[in-house]
Amino acid sequence: MSEEKSEVKAIVTPTKLVYQFSAIGSHAEFLKAISEGKLVGERCPSCKKVYCPPRGICPRCGVETPEKVDIDDKGTVTTYCIVRVPSENIDLKLPYCAANILLDRSDMPIMALIQECPAEDVRIGMRVEAIWAPEEDWGPTMENIRYFRPIDEPDVPTEEMGDWY
Amino acid sequence: MRDVAILSFAQTPYKRRESERTEVQMVLSVVTDAVEKSGLPKSDIGFTCSGSSDYLAGQSFAFVGAIDGLGAWPPIAESHVEMDGAWALYEAWIKIQTGMCNTALAFSFGRASMGSLPETLNMQLDPYTLGPLGIDSISMAALQARAWLDQDNHTERQMAEVAVRSRKNALNNPDAQLKGDFEVEKLLSEPYLIEPLHKHDCPPITDGANAVVIAAADAVPSGANPVWIRGIDHRIEPHQPGFRDLTQSPSTKLAGEKAGATRLDIAELHAPFTHQELILRDALGLDDDVRINPSGGALAANPMMVAGLTRMGEACREIWAGRAKRALAHATSGHCLQQNLVCVLEGD
Repeated sequence: MSEEKSEVKAIVTPTKLVYQFSAIGSHAEFLKAISEGKLVGERCPSCKKVYCPPRGICPRCGVETPEKVDIDDKGTVTTYCIVRVPSENIDLKLPYCAANILLDRSDMPIMALIQECPAEDVRIGMRVEAIWAPEEDWGPTMENIRYFRPIDEPDVPTEEMGDWY
Repeated sequence: MRDVAILSFAQTPYKRRESERTEVQMVLSVVTDAVEKSGLPKSDIGFTCSGSSDYLAGQSFAFVGAIDGLGAWPPIAESHVEMDGAWALYEAWIKIQTGMCNTALAFSFGRASMGSLPETLNMQLDPYTLGPLGIDSISMAALQARAWLDQDNHTERQMAEVAVRSRKNALNNPDAQLKGDFEVEKLLSEPYLIEPLHKHDCPPITDGANAVVIAAADAVPSGANPVWIRGIDHRIEPHQPGFRDLTQSPSTKLAGEKAGATRLDIAELHAPFTHQELILRDALGLDDDVRINPSGGALAANPMMVAGLTRMGEACREIWAGRAKRALAHATSGHCLQQNLVCVLEGD
């Protein structure tokens, strides 16, 4: 009797690790604020840059950042890309636009979706505002902001956007 | 070979759960402290290397996030090892040997309290045949302890004595987590955790961070109190525990010989489990007059990825305090003492 040897092409080795993340310090304050519909950042005492979301430190200067700053939910597009490829986890109509948005009073762009305009219309310098989820759905998460949409304000020239990074 | 010295050591207080600071804030505090104590301006640090594991926080690129705690601007020369900080120090030492830099910072951090450490450490095993069995780090150590106990009339009492001495020594260590006066009899009367290990044979779960600054002889600032690295070596054994005699530590023995581990006053051994200290002492041939783990060792505080580099810091503290002239610091990595590093340190 001859024995057929089949090649092992794949194996499944299930892994499960459970973590309990406790937000502390700046993380906790940011998540608490956003669950009340507010954005909060921190200013570096040394270089004066404002970070939102804050991390409790300035990565440039290596110092703590205790000073709180209220951040607006309006901002300016600093760069963007137009996504034309479907993805398993994202239920959006193609094409859509993901952008870096420099919030007013902050020096660090955040990444968000731009909606309510054709993706092709998005441009660097465009002014946008946050569209929040209904208040009853708010929790300690960035997902409270569903997306940003254009507002009727003149574009900000690149050289006036400031020295963010 | 260039002579290289440890200039400073800093650590967070080691505790079960760090509930006030993020990893980045922990890193910032120890790095700032170590650089300040070194006497070198921060801008003079030629190379930075960290030791950590993203599995502890369950967050990819947590090690990159930690760089935010360095104030890495203008951009710095930096590297990372997915290993205990002792190996970060080793890489920094190598970098100085190559002449690419004259000074370096090594740091490590771990917040194991966010996950379930014994299960997380299963991820160190080969993922095809051994890891999927689901064995955790305490069970692995228990296999080793059983093999050790089965030899040469070794006893659980000897193991309990290690726990008692460690936690008694830790009474003098303000940053240790588990300390106190315990009685061998009482410890032995408690139930097994995973037989043959009692709870006292196992390390606590600890959050912490630490940092050291090292420098080549010609870069040691005036007024510094250098502790010289006289020898440093690390050796590794096979990944599959079945290939190894778990009752011995040939990698420690060889690393000790290469590092010149003789004429020692103290030894800081990174032995998370009691029987491992006894295996290490045997491998290193340590006489009874060598004081073992005056800090309390890993049985008193075991911040994952941090506890090995802590041994070097604690050995330095003994030298700086004038309680030792020549010290051994040991670090281990992997299950059942798979990989071992030995460093011999001497005062000026």
